[in-house]
Amino acid sequence: MVEDEEVRIGVYICHCGLNIASVVDVKKAAEEVSKVPNVVVAKDYQFMCSQPGQNIIIEDIKQHRLNRVVVAACSPRMHEPTFQKAVERGGLNPYLFEMANIREHCSWVHEKEKVAATEKAIKLVKAAIAKARLLKPLKREKVNVIPRALVIGGGIAGIRASLDIANAGFEVHLVETRPSIGGNMARLDKTFPTLDCSQCILTPLMVEVSRHPNVTLHTYTDVVNIDGSVGNFKVKLLKKPRYVDESKCTGCGTCITKCPWTAPSEFELGLGKRKAIYFEFPQAVPLIPVIDPEHCMYFQKGTCRACEKFCPTKAIDFNQKPEEIELEVGAIILATGYSLYDVAKAMPEYGYRKYKDVITGLELERLVSATGPTKGHIVRPSDGKEPKKVAIILCVGSRDEKHLRFCCRFGCVAGIKHAYYIVSHIPDAEVYICYRDIRTFGKGYEEFYERIRNYENIKFIRGSPMEILQDADGSLYFDVFDANTNRIVTLRPDLVVLETGIVPHPTFKEVAKILKCAVGPDGFALELHPKLRPTETSVDGVFLAGAVQGPKDIPDTVAQAGAAASSVIALMSKGYVETIPYVSSINEDLCSGCGICQPLCAYDAISLVKKEDGKQVAKVDIGKCKGCGVCAAACPSGAAQQLGFNDEQILAMVRTLTR
Amino acid sequence: MVENFEPNIVVFACNWCSYAGMDLAGTSRIQYPHNLKVIRVMCSGRINPVYILEAFANGADGVLVTGCHPGDCHYISGNYKTRKRIILLERLLEQFGIEKERLRLEWVSASEGEKFANIAKEFVEQIRKLGPNHIAKELRKEVAVV
Ligand SMILES: Cc1cc2nc3c(=O)[nH]c(=O)nc-3n(C[C@H](O)[C@H](O)[C@H](O)COP(=O)(O)OP(=O)(O)OC[C@H]3O[C@@H](n4cnc5c(N)ncnc54)[C@H](O)[C@@H]3O)c2cc1C
Ligand code: SF4
Ligand code: SF4
Ligand code: FES
Repeated sequence: MVEDEEVRIGVYICHCGLNIASVVDVKKAAEEVSKVPNVVVAKDYQFMCSQPGQNIIIEDIKQHRLNRVVVAACSPRMHEPTFQKAVERGGLNPYLFEMANIREHCSWVHEKEKVAATEKAIKLVKAAIAKARLLKPLKREKVNVIPRALVIGGGIAGIRASLDIANAGFEVHLVETRPSIGGNMARLDKTFPTLDCSQCILTPLMVEVSRHPNVTLHTYTDVVNIDGSVGNFKVKLLKKPRYVDESKCTGCGTCITKCPWTAPSEFELGLGKRKAIYFEFPQAVPLIPVIDPEHCMYFQKGTCRACEKFCPTKAIDFNQKPEEIELEVGAIILATGYSLYDVAKAMPEYGYRKYKDVITGLELERLVSATGPTKGHIVRPSDGKEPKKVAIILCVGSRDEKHLRFCCRFGCVAGIKHAYYIVSHIPDAEVYICYRDIRTFGKGYEEFYERIRNYENIKFIRGSPMEILQDADGSLYFDVFDANTNRIVTLRPDLVVLETGIVPHPTFKEVAKILKCAVGPDGFALELHPKLRPTETSVDGVFLAGAVQGPKDIPDTVAQAGAAASSVIALMSKGYVETIPYVSSINEDLCSGCGICQPLCAYDAISLVKKEDGKQVAKVDIGKCKGCGVCAAACPSGAAQQLGFNDEQILAMVRTLTR
Repeated sequence: MVENFEPNIVVFACNWCSYAGMDLAGTSRIQYPHNLKVIRVMCSGRINPVYILEAFANGADGVLVTGCHPGDCHYISGNYKTRKRIILLERLLEQFGIEKERLRLEWVSASEGEKFANIAKEFVEQIRKLGPNHIAKELRKEVAVV
């Protein structure tokens, strides 16, 4: 063991050509530090990072039986890994190495003060030596990755990611809180810019994922707890009772036809009705109904049981209870998607929910859909008449300091698509698009916009109304200042469509809390790096797909889902992860069990456990610890220490620099 | 002001933002006083106030603690903990007879080489005005008496 051995340090001072040597007197520095206790050799060399430079270290380790190495050169952020590898090749643990930065922090910033720079360099090297003397070998632990993934959210993002992982040969558990997978895309009639039918491209994928031998679907299920870390997450799910036995149900729908009770349909956003026992939508996957106890007369009043009576397979089970499911998975994909901004509450000036004929874009999608509440006829919710004049308002709540600061990224093109819906269903209708800017960033979007702009009966007004008002006769009207013509225009539309901003799914906050992953100021999941690591989260092994990270159209959602899936596949094909060496370590003898460290850890890596003798101590999960050292800085007993940055090591540096 | 007084200042820097910002000052060749010497830690949240006290007790004339800007800590929230600790420590320093102006907390991002150089210049000037830290000598006397 190195610890019992006499400490033998080799120190190497790099010239970095002339980058260091032209300012710092490297010979003098080498000579000065050679006098420091435990320093066995001190050399200077032109380029320490070069192959010959590294070879000097490797040979000295053998020849002088060195057990610590210090290199004074550039920034450790540049060449620390290079020298650690050299030290390892010399037969030492790579962490018995310390670096002093005498280039970026010395020669380059004190170019004209050669004497002072030389003195400072010597101090910096001595501080590194002081730390090196106390270094201990560190190791990276290998943690096996369970070859099974959890995907949370069954929209297009979750479906695509699940299929990619499953096709690579790994097991996937796909969890969806609603009774059917599909997400918001299932609500769309057509998808811009190609206008292909949304259901036609989505349902085959829904079926494929549900039939895939590597995929287990958990619909109508919530995630209630997640513990553990990358490679080994322990997941607890809660399956809500459908009151229908999935193993018996054939999806014939007899129960639904027989049920006499109705309620507003969640899927239809309240525009249509469903029964108390219902399919989420006609193409639901799985095609198994659910009973909504709030509207079911048997649950409310104790009588009815019509569904039970008529079910040919006796699948109805009023006694079904919530079911807990426990899983162990190696990686997780978050794909919980989005919801519309609550315009009714946040922006009463638009009269949404107050006036029946003010609807959202997503509601229009349902009105246009052949399977929707109006069988694909665009009618006014108030009187069922065909609207002849329609106003579409973009950026409702988006790009607005008082509401959502960000752009929803699909509102403009959705609005343009919606104008097309109107004129293609009602050729003599007039459409007014009130916009602030038209943003058509995606592939084919600008061309699509050009095409729609050519319709004579689709007009663009550059401005947003302040308020939507209602006349005594019930008709809607508003004024809008058109910045293109510098005129105030008064519109009297039969129907107003709001292209609202979007927010994360309401359950996301809770899921993020369960996972302890970082949330951005906009409320969406925060990626690890906005450019270079857009699918990773602050929690290792947890990845992002789709609108959970921020507004995204379908092409971007699918692309990110593929990226997240391939990260998961990479993790699983490798089969293990290596922990970082600079983790926290608790000396159980010193730990008083005070628990101060535990809530400070941003990664929930610390738990308090009872030892066999009944003593409470803190315990660090090194799979979760990221090595910040926050806990070690707070521990009043000195029990918590960060490996590679422990108190003694840092204090030794402080003392060297100040004495 | 004491003639020819060259302050000795210990800087603590987190690896991800501040240390990188100081590296940038170097790569951009922005000159600043040689009085500052850096100790690298992974996160500013690692900095135990004891280190700062130890630095002063040993005669450091100033201590500069640097970390990522609020919201940018590589470890989510380490710098918020740093901020709290420094505020508490400032109060304590006064009780020890150490001017709280000798301790400074600054957020320096990886792109703020120039900002760091400016802070360095200002802080060295500030410490020059305060003069040498006497506490170390006094402490040594006390220890000798005991
Ligand atoms: C009006 C409108 C029109 C649009 N038109 C187009 C278009 O034409 N072309 C286009 O490219 N894009 C369009 N979009 C955007 C498109 O809807 C999104 O890109 C897409 O739906 C994002 O998919 P997702 O899977 O990330 O999220 P979602 O579709 O929101 O799916 C998320 C899923 O996760 C589930 N979930 C949420 N929380 C949990 C939880 N805690 N546990 C389990 N499950 C959970 C939800 O129930 C849902 O099923 C439009 C959007 C709107 C609002
Ligand atoms: S702060 Fe220190 S003593 Fe207290 S529980 Fe954590 S490790 Fe143990
Ligand atoms: S070092 Fe940081 S990440 Fe690791 S246990 Fe301590 S506080 Fe948590
Ligand atoms: S990593 Fe810079 S302050 Fe935490």
